[in-house]
Amino acid sequence: MIKEYKTIEEVAGPLMLVRQVDGVKYDELGEIELPNGDVRRCRVLEVNGRNVLVQLFESSAGINLAQSKVRFSGHGVELPASPDMLGRVFNGMGECIDGGVRIIPEKSLDINGTPINPAARYYPSEFIQTGISTIDGLNTLVRGQKLPIFSGSGLPHADLAAQIARQAKVRGSDSKFAVVFAAVGITFEEADFFISDFKKTGAIDRTVLFINLASDPAIERISTPRMALTAAEYLAFECDMHVLVIITDITNYAEALREVSAARKEVPGRRGYPGYLYTDLATLYERAGRKMGSEGSITMIPILTMPEDDKTHPIPDLTGYITEGQIILSREMYRKGYMPPVDVLPSLSRLKDKGIGAGKTREDHAGTMNQLFSGYARGREAKELMVVLGEAALSPMDRLYARFADAFEAEYINQSFYENRTIEETLDLGWRLLSILPKSEMKRIKPELIEKYWPRD
Amino acid sequence: MIEGKILKVSGPLVIAEGMRHANMFDVVRVGEKRLIGEIIEMHGDRASIQVYEETAGIGRGDIVVSTEAPLSVELGPGLITNIYDGIQRPLEAMRMVSGANITKGIDVPALDRDRVWHFTATAEKGAKLSAGDVVGYVEETDVIRHKIMLPPKSGGILTEIRSGDFHVTDTIGRVRLDNGDILCLSLMQKWPVRVARPYAEKLPPVEPMITGQRVIDALFPIAKGGTACVPGPFGSGKTVVQHQLAKWSDVDLVVYIGCGERGNEMTDVLREFPELRDPRTDKSLMERTVLIANTSDMPVAAREASIYTGITIAEYYRDMGYSVAVIADSTSRWAEALREMSGRLEEMPGEEGYPAYLTSRLAQFYERAGKVICLGSDRRQGALSAIGAVSPQGGDISEPVTQATLRIVKVFWGLDAQLAYRRHFPAINWLNSYSLYRDRLSPWFSEKIAKDWMELTGRCMKLLQIESELEEVVKLVGVDALSAEDRLTLEAARSLREDFLQQNAFEGDDSYTQLDKQYALMSLVFDFYEQARRAVAEGADVQKVSDLPVRERIGRAKSIPYAEYAHEYAAIRRAVGEQLQTLISAAQAEM
Repeated sequence: MIKEYKTIEEVAGPLMLVRQVDGVKYDELGEIELPNGDVRRCRVLEVNGRNVLVQLFESSAGINLAQSKVRFSGHGVELPASPDMLGRVFNGMGECIDGGVRIIPEKSLDINGTPINPAARYYPSEFIQTGISTIDGLNTLVRGQKLPIFSGSGLPHADLAAQIARQAKVRGSDSKFAVVFAAVGITFEEADFFISDFKKTGAIDRTVLFINLASDPAIERISTPRMALTAAEYLAFECDMHVLVIITDITNYAEALREVSAARKEVPGRRGYPGYLYTDLATLYERAGRKMGSEGSITMIPILTMPEDDKTHPIPDLTGYITEGQIILSREMYRKGYMPPVDVLPSLSRLKDKGIGAGKTREDHAGTMNQLFSGYARGREAKELMVVLGEAALSPMDRLYARFADAFEAEYINQSFYENRTIEETLDLGWRLLSILPKSEMKRIKPELIEKYWPRD
Repeated sequence: MIEGKILKVSGPLVIAEGMRHANMFDVVRVGEKRLIGEIIEMHGDRASIQVYEETAGIGRGDIVVSTEAPLSVELGPGLITNIYDGIQRPLEAMRMVSGANITKGIDVPALDRDRVWHFTATAEKGAKLSAGDVVGYVEETDVIRHKIMLPPKSGGILTEIRSGDFHVTDTIGRVRLDNGDILCLSLMQKWPVRVARPYAEKLPPVEPMITGQRVIDALFPIAKGGTACVPGPFGSGKTVVQHQLAKWSDVDLVVYIGCGERGNEMTDVLREFPELRDPRTDKSLMERTVLIANTSDMPVAAREASIYTGITIAEYYRDMGYSVAVIADSTSRWAEALREMSGRLEEMPGEEGYPAYLTSRLAQFYERAGKVICLGSDRRQGALSAIGAVSPQGGDISEPVTQATLRIVKVFWGLDAQLAYRRHFPAINWLNSYSLYRDRLSPWFSEKIAKDWMELTGRCMKLLQIESELEEVVKLVGVDALSAEDRLTLEAARSLREDFLQQNAFEGDDSYTQLDKQYALMSLVFDFYEQARRAVAEGADVQKVSDLPVRERIGRAKSIPYAEYAHEYAAIRRAVGEQLQTLISAAQAEM
C-alpha cells in the first residue's frame, strides 16, 4: 500500500521538506496532491533521517502545508516509451500535450539513463553530409557525435539547426532516421519556427517533440532534456534508428540547475553555477554515441546562447570541454550578411579526422581543410594589420592572403540557409579559393594531390 | 563484522550510524545492491561514506557493511592491455556481464581468475630474500616481462618455489618470514591506492623521456621520473598531445588515466592503440598500455579514486625496474570531484569552492613520480613520470587547479587557443612554456645526440623571442620599416615555427621524429638562415631570398621518412647554397 504523508514542513522556492517519512529512497519520484485535486510531481534530493528534501518539477503555487498530501512512487522519474512517440508532442515532464490518443508504452525507462561503458562504444566515424560547407568541409560532423552550436542572442542559430535537421544525411545509406527535439525554456515563436519547419519538410512524422516553453515552470527544464534523451536512447538503441537530437537552449537548463542549487544553499562554483555543473552537463551530453549490440546512433546538437558572446562563460566553457567540438556563430559574419554566420577559426570538430578522407569523403579533404584554415587565419591577421597600417604596409604575399580571406568569407562561409552543397562541391570550392594563393604556399597538402586537384584554367 | 544503518543520502555522500568500529578509508558495501563506497569521515558512530556508484534507490535504514580493508588494487599479470574504471573494475569483463551500459553493484575481480600464466622461477629454494626481491617472472605480453616480487615489508627464507602454469591466486611458493610466520606467494598482490609504494632511494632524474614531439624534446624536454602539466582551454589539443605522449614516449609502460573526460576518447585509445606499432619494439602499443577510464558520466566519487588507482599500478611496474609514464587527462576533473565531495561534506571552501587541501592532494599525487632505486637486493632502477592535463575554465591559468599544479611540476607545456585557431599543432606556446630539466638533461643530449644540441635549441628559443619583439614593431609601423636583416630574422622564425615546431599527429612520418632527425631539421632551418644572411649582406634582395623555391623543400623536410632523411637533407642544403649563390651573382651583376 502506498503511504500518504501530510507532513510537509517547508516549501521554499523549488524545494520542499517532508517530515516523518519512512522507506523513501534517494532520487525517487513523488506526487503531491493539492486540496483542489491537482497533482504535482517532485523528486527526492536528500534523505536525512526521517526528513526528505524534494525538488518540485512544477510551480509551488497552491501547495498547502496542512492539507496537501505527498505520495512516493517507489521508483525514479520515468518516461513511458514506445515507437509511437514519433510524430507526437510532449511537455517537459513527458506528458503528451497534442491532444492525440494516449500512447501505450512498451517500456518505462528511468530518465537518468546509465553511463555507457567506454569499452562498449564504437568510435563515431560515419560522415554526415549537412550540405553546409563550413561544417562538411572544415568541421565535419559524424554519426554519434555531440557537436554544440555556440550562439549569441539575436543570431540565427535556429535557422542553422533547422538546416542541419533538414539536410543531414549519410550518403549511400537509407537507414531509419528520426529527430528528437527538446525545447528548453525557449519562446513560443522559436519553438513554432522549428515545428513549422519540420512540418514543411514532412520531417514531423519522424520527430518527437518535447516542449518546455519560457512560460512553463523553470524547474521542469531539469527533466526536459533527460526526457528527450531517454526517448532518443529508446529509438536509437532499441529500435535501431539513427537519431538526431536537438536541444535548445542549454543556457536555460543551466539556469534552472542554478536555481535549485541556490535554493539548497550549496557552495557555488563560478558565477553562481553549482560546482557539479560539469558533471551534470556530462550526464546529458555523454548519452550521445554509438554502442555495441545496436545499429542505431545518437547524434546530438545542443544549442546554447553565450551570455555577452563570452566563450569563457561557464556554460559554453564546460560544454566545450565535454562535447566533441563546437560550431561558433559570429556576429561579424552575421552583420556582413554571410549565412550561416559561422566563426570558422574557433569552431572545431574533434571527430573529423576519422570521418574524412578516401572512401569517406575524398582523399584531398584533410589537406585542403588544414590549408584553408591556416590560409584564412593568416589572411585575417593580414587584414587586421591592414586596418592599422593601410594596405601599402603589407607584403605582396600578405596582400594575397587578405584577398583570399575576403573571397573565402564571401563564397565559402556564405551560402544561405537553403543551399545544399555536396561534399564534392564544397571541396572543389575550397580548391578554387586556394588557387588565389601561389602553389608553393600549399605546404599542408601532399604534392601529388596538388597536381591532381589544382584548378586548371 | 561491522554493520551500520544509513541515516542520510545526498548524491554520492551517504552517512551511516553504528560504524564506531570501522576504520577511516575502509571500503564498505552500501545497500542491497552492495554498492562500493569508502569511509571519508567519522563523527562518533557516524561514518560519512563516498559511494563510487550511482546512489539512486538508496534510502534510510539500508545496511552498510564494512569490508575492513582500505581501497586497494590487485597487482599481478593481466593488468596490461586491460581497461579499468576508477576503482579497478575491468570494463571489458563488465560488458560481458551487464551489456553496453554500466549497471550498479557489479562485482568482477580486477584480474581474471580463470586465466593461466606460465611462471618461471628464478630464485632458489633456501635463498635469503628481502622485500622487493624478484622470485621469478611471467611473460605478460611480448614486451613486458612481469617480475614477481616479494611484497614490501616482507623478508625471509624462501622455503618453497616452483615454476609452472598458475592462476593469479595459486600459491607459487612460500617464505618463512623473519618473525617466523609463513607467507604464501602468489602471482598477485594487493596494495592500498592512497599509500605510495615504498622504494629504497630516490634519485635525481638525468635522462630525457623522448617523446618524438619536436617542440617538447627540443625546447621543453621532460626527464624520465619527471613531472609535467599540460594546461589549455578546450579545443587547444590537450588530448592529442596526451595521446601522442602515450603513443611515442620511450618508456616501457604507459598508464593512461581518462579522468572525467569523454567516453569516445577512451574508445579511440582502445580501438587505435592495438593497431599502432611501437617504434622501438615493433609490437602493438597496447602491449605496453594500461587504461583507466572514468568518463565524465560515470560516478563522480570513482573519478576521485581513479588517479590513485592509476599511479599505484604504475608504481608497481616501476618497482620491477621499468620506466613508466602516467598520463592523467584531466586533473581538473579530479579536482572537481574533490570539490563536489567537499561541498557535500559541508566543509569550508577555499578558492572557487575548491577545498583547502587541494594543493596538498595534488602535491601528494605528483610526488609519487620520480626516478628511484627499487626495493630488492639487486638495487634495480625504475622511473615513474607523471604528466597531467589541466582544463582551466575559460583557458584562464590563474585559476586554483592550474596554479596549484604549476607550483609542483617541473615542466609546463602551455597550450594556446590562438595557435590552435591557426591550426598550429601541437599548440604549445613557446613563449610561456618552460622545462626546469633542460640544464640537468644537457649532458645527456650533448653526449648522445650532438655536442651543440643545447646551443642549437637555445638559439631556437632566442629566435622565437626576437620574433615576438619584432612582431610588436611590425604591428606598429609595418614590415617595410624593418631592416633587411630583421626581415630575414622574421622569415627564419616563421620557418622554424612552420617547418620545425608544427607537427601533424595524424600523418605517418611526421607523427614521431627521432632525436637525430630533429637535430638535422633544426640545423637545416638555421643553415638556411645563416647562408641567407650572408647572401643578403652580399647584396641579394630579401624578398627574393624569402621566395626561393628551395624553401618549399625545407617545408616538406619533416615528413621525409627516417631512412632517407640524411641523404635528402644533404641535397636540400646543397640546393640552398646553389640557389642563394645564383641570387648573389645576379645581384652583383646588376651592380
